[in-house]
Amino acid sequence: MADARPPLEIAKPGLATTVQDLGRPGYYHLGIPLSGAMDREALVAANLLVGNHEGDAALEAVFLGPEIRFAGDATVAVTGADLPPRLDGAEQPGWAAFPVRAGQVLSFGYLKAGARAYIAVAGGLDVPVVLGSRSTYALGALGGHEGRALRAGDRIGVGAPRRPPPAGAALPDALRRRAEPVLRVLPGLYDHRVTAEARERFFADTWKVAPEADRIGYRFRGGRPLDFVPREPPFGAGSDPSNIVDSGYPYGSVQVPGGTEPIVLHRDAVSGGGYFMIGTVIAADMDLIGQLQPHQPMRFARVDMAQALAARRESAERLARVRAALA
Amino acid sequence: MRYTFGGDEHVFVEVDEAMSLDAFFRSLSITNAVRDSRIRGVTEICPANASFQIRFDPDLIAPDDLLGELRRLEGAGAGGGELRTRIIEMPVYYGDPWTHETLMRFRERHQDPTATDLAYTARINGYPDVPALVAAHAGSPWFVSMVGFVAGLPFLYQMVEPERQIQAPKYLRPRTDTPKLTIGHGGCFGAIYSVRGAGGYQMFGITPMPIYDPAQTISYLREFMIFFRPGDIVKFRPIGREAYDAAVAEVEAGRFCPLIREVDFSLPAFQADPAGTNAALLGVLHG
Repeated sequence: MADARPPLEIAKPGLATTVQDLGRPGYYHLGIPLSGAMDREALVAANLLVGNHEGDAALEAVFLGPEIRFAGDATVAVTGADLPPRLDGAEQPGWAAFPVRAGQVLSFGYLKAGARAYIAVAGGLDVPVVLGSRSTYALGALGGHEGRALRAGDRIGVGAPRRPPPAGAALPDALRRRAEPVLRVLPGLYDHRVTAEARERFFADTWKVAPEADRIGYRFRGGRPLDFVPREPPFGAGSDPSNIVDSGYPYGSVQVPGGTEPIVLHRDAVSGGGYFMIGTVIAADMDLIGQLQPHQPMRFARVDMAQALAARRESAERLARVRAALA
Repeated sequence: MRYTFGGDEHVFVEVDEAMSLDAFFRSLSITNAVRDSRIRGVTEICPANASFQIRFDPDLIAPDDLLGELRRLEGAGAGGGELRTRIIEMPVYYGDPWTHETLMRFRERHQDPTATDLAYTARINGYPDVPALVAAHAGSPWFVSMVGFVAGLPFLYQMVEPERQIQAPKYLRPRTDTPKLTIGHGGCFGAIYSVRGAGGYQMFGITPMPIYDPAQTISYLREFMIFFRPGDIVKFRPIGREAYDAAVAEVEAGRFCPLIREVDFSLPAFQADPAGTNAALLGVLHG
């Protein structure tokens, strides 16, 4: 961008803070996943609060916020997880735009709810566009800031504000989506590999988010193991009953290696592999996954396609209300 | 053909439960037909070994309407089996020190902690020793039947009769580390790890030839950062340490240029005479 602003100076990087926008569609067939914000609705809200385009690049911070020194004046909004923003130590409201003056330091209090916060700056973050997106795909060292999570000492460019930031703008409480510990799943894919009883148990059991939960996928444990339907392994599949001939993996697909710990693939998904999948988390609930905390109890709820599409319409309507509230 | 939905944004089509070149060609033909028919609402078309998936926007096309369109194109997978593609020679340093160090580090996750991955795979496939396995691995071409898992990683299918294909289980528990450009093998598939990271395939060696370059500085990856496409044919050429080091130096100096030739591949011809077809392919490569 021509009229770039003074950069953000990363004093402390947080845990795995990355630059994300709405992602990089079009290359999944070559193994490059969508990437982008795990909670897209929160990213959109943060951008609209500071007068950005919905898909401008912002920071995604997980569990622990970064510490950022602003080299120039800016307008900032933090959405998503309840990770209280502080400006030179003074607490600022979440889901609202607040002004920052040159030299001030943005830091964060302890996480109260959710897992991922989105930090938007008026003008958007100005890192290079790679294959149509500024999102970070760390596994492929692609996009974002040098293809990786932020480190202390990094300087991140800021674009020119697109319009005068609506200072004091805030999203009404009713429109702030919060993590719910239920993920709706459309059964299918290779669910015939497990017994009917196992399929029932999968949806009946309470699971817990495992510590291995990142942008590639979220792992869950605590439910009862799944029993497989006996078979002669097809050529090329492998001998384990949970193996299939390596196939593509849909975003949100739920694989259960060995029948024990389900993994839901997310925005940085591995695009394919050799484990059977029991179904797919519906698009309307993908945003919720990245806000689940490790050890949090949750369950999977079975839906059919009509319910999945109804949930999709509800999401679109909620997003329309967010847009209207911040127009 | 088995059709199923992956949530509200994907249709998943299993062409065959078992892997075969037939199944791969049908998957490739149908996905090409889907691309050509420009169905409204289709956003990504991902062919895989013996299946494919289509990502779509259900706000633009109803899921059942898309299913109907795909079924209509099913016939596209039946005919043909002819492919204009390219054959690439890839140097491989089998039994290299870097994959060796890695496989020793993760030995307790392996089926046979007392052997190397090469020695184990040679034994369970009935080869007398590692050089015999390497000779088989590098002796016939391989077909790229899928690109994915991570950015630009090719899955490779050995172009010999099924009973002669090298097969090996994946590690009992996946490694957390695999050197970049490792030549791996799991099930009946070969793989070339495009980036360093987790992996479960047996490790046979390493190639000096980069296949993924997000910085796009390597000469043959300047136009696009990913080298492989489904349908490419690969021939491995065993090299030793000196040739490996020399190739790495060539890559770093920007002078490395892989040997690539255009070829016509016919599945029926291959099925009628695998050895003869392979000999002809290698003739083009080295001609």
